[in-house]
Amino acid sequence: MSRLFDLFARKQGGILNIYFTAGFPGLEDTVPIIKALSDAGADLVEIGIPYSDPLADGPTIQASGQAALKNGMTLDLLFRQVAQARAYTSMPFILMGYFNQVLQFGEENFLSRAKESGVDALILPDLPVEEYELHYRSLFGKYGMDIAFLITPQTPEARIRHIDQVSNSFIYMVSSNAITGAKAGIDDYQEAYFRRISAMGLKNPRLIGFGISNKATFDQACRFAQGAIIGSAFINALAGSKDLASTVSQFIGQVRQG
Amino acid sequence: MNYAVDSKGFYGIFGGAYIPEMLQYNVEQLRSEYLKIIHEPAFQSEFNYLLKHYVGRPSPLYEAKRLSDKYKARIFLKREDLNHTGAHKINNTIGQILLAERLGKKRIIAETGAGQHGVATATVCALKNLECVVYMGSVDIERQAPNVARMRMLGARVVPATSGSQTLKDATNEAIRDWIQHPEDTHYIIGSVVGPHPYPDMVARFQSVISAEIREQLPEYTGSPDPDTIMACVGGGSNAAGTFYHYLDKEKVRLVAVEAAGEGIHSGRSAATSILGSVGIIHGSKTLLMQTADGQIIEPHSISAGLDYPGIGPLHAHLIRTGRAEVIAITDEEAVKAAFVLTRLEGIIPALESAHALAALDQMQYRPGENIVICLSGRGDKDLATYMKYLDTYESIV
Repeated sequence: MSRLFDLFARKQGGILNIYFTAGFPGLEDTVPIIKALSDAGADLVEIGIPYSDPLADGPTIQASGQAALKNGMTLDLLFRQVAQARAYTSMPFILMGYFNQVLQFGEENFLSRAKESGVDALILPDLPVEEYELHYRSLFGKYGMDIAFLITPQTPEARIRHIDQVSNSFIYMVSSNAITGAKAGIDDYQEAYFRRISAMGLKNPRLIGFGISNKATFDQACRFAQGAIIGSAFINALAGSKDLASTVSQFIGQVRQG
Repeated sequence: MNYAVDSKGFYGIFGGAYIPEMLQYNVEQLRSEYLKIIHEPAFQSEFNYLLKHYVGRPSPLYEAKRLSDKYKARIFLKREDLNHTGAHKINNTIGQILLAERLGKKRIIAETGAGQHGVATATVCALKNLECVVYMGSVDIERQAPNVARMRMLGARVVPATSGSQTLKDATNEAIRDWIQHPEDTHYIIGSVVGPHPYPDMVARFQSVISAEIREQLPEYTGSPDPDTIMACVGGGSNAAGTFYHYLDKEKVRLVAVEAAGEGIHSGRSAATSILGSVGIIHGSKTLLMQTADGQIIEPHSISAGLDYPGIGPLHAHLIRTGRAEVIAITDEEAVKAAFVLTRLEGIIPALESAHALAALDQMQYRPGENIVICLSGRGDKDLATYMKYLDTYESIV
């Protein structure tokens, strides 16, 4: 049974997924951050592969990626770090990157290394679901790698149903028409969208991301989905951190307890 | 060999639409509507009217006799520099603004490198009274100051792109991020044959007027619509796409794409994409791009802001990889020198981009007396600050 499947079977609500960029703030911080997240009670972690041109990301994640690349982060090092972290925790790992990175590493090579290092699923925002079905679904199957697709307020119902059919981990609900980054809160328009998706009875669990930054927005998102994803706010906390372990545990504590 | 785009937006293995879900709505709307709208008689008549009376088309095909004497060939310049706003870019922005209007969009965004596409976009937005935001790399804002002023005078807001190399690639990233955040009211006017399908095909169609006119104009001189060779510079490749378009299937017409070698192809400061690049994805399209083994996009360099881009349009990647087009790479110095040569021989100051195409005459093999058409994609007014540094060097160049 997969770690992700197990998590969603065990926990129907309040699932906290934390995103951070590998190799930030320091090159060797990836493993300590994952360990601290696991200790602090995050349910799953989304490890961002730093990229030179992250189209879907706002300024915070862009800057963390640039810093990580400057620190010397590479895919090879990232896989080694992830493997080290895997030895420590059974928390599911998701790798988030852009499709060009997979292409250059070699699709098969990438999937095989990811699997070996203990990655459970990939998020590749610029790999459209049609392209995945046509060219990559069986390859992902061969390596036992799950994939999560995004939906947005603009995604038509038929397309959501299709994505639900093809998905095998969870559906990543982008909370608004936005790139990643913290926003003021969740408005009525977003709530209506959350309700609409919630009423569709999709087979995959849903996690809401983009603009989730604290206990208030996390709790609100959790009313309409199995959980939510926090990225930029967490990265901002790391950026100013003097002691990563205590920053991480404080951050998770505040999201969980307020 | 087929050089047309297929139904999924591919030219051979290149093209497609590798876009995040956040862009699906906009891009899908465009994909499903663009051909229908472009083929409407009312669209065609407004497009053609504006090209004729606003842009000043057809642009002349000029036989450059002194240049021809120098190179012992019969050289024709397609004078896109004479268009309103000073470059070929306006052909595309006229087409896209009419499309945006018909899609009910109220707000226009664009990226720009040299500023020519930004000016052409700001121009049509003024014409149609639409809000206009242009993203431009901070480095380019610096080196293309006159065009920044023109855009502002035309009522556009110019937003600096401060990430990465702060040039065209980064301006494009910022424009895409803007579009993600404004999916309903905004149309993104991409300035080149890059980006997700249908952009490369749509922009090539709007620019194809260049080669349609050449085919009508050339027989006056040579008795045939087909020259021996056609040359154009390639950054993203929109003027080249327009210049090649109606010749793609005429295999006996040789196509030459001229890239920017910057300080030298292997100097580490180059934009010779098809030579240094490998297959990858940039701005939603599978094409040739300059990247590291880890798939990080390499920041290019060219003296010409319009060629300072790490990818090329998927059509060109296909033409080059199939051998239909050949590539010549021209350094910064060679381009500047060619600009001075043309200016002294013909009294035409070319844009730095177009100067790359002219410089390729020195490196190319051809039969004496053969007919060569070169797309003079833009005028050099915007590049005077650069040219001024060479006034003494090339004082007695000819």
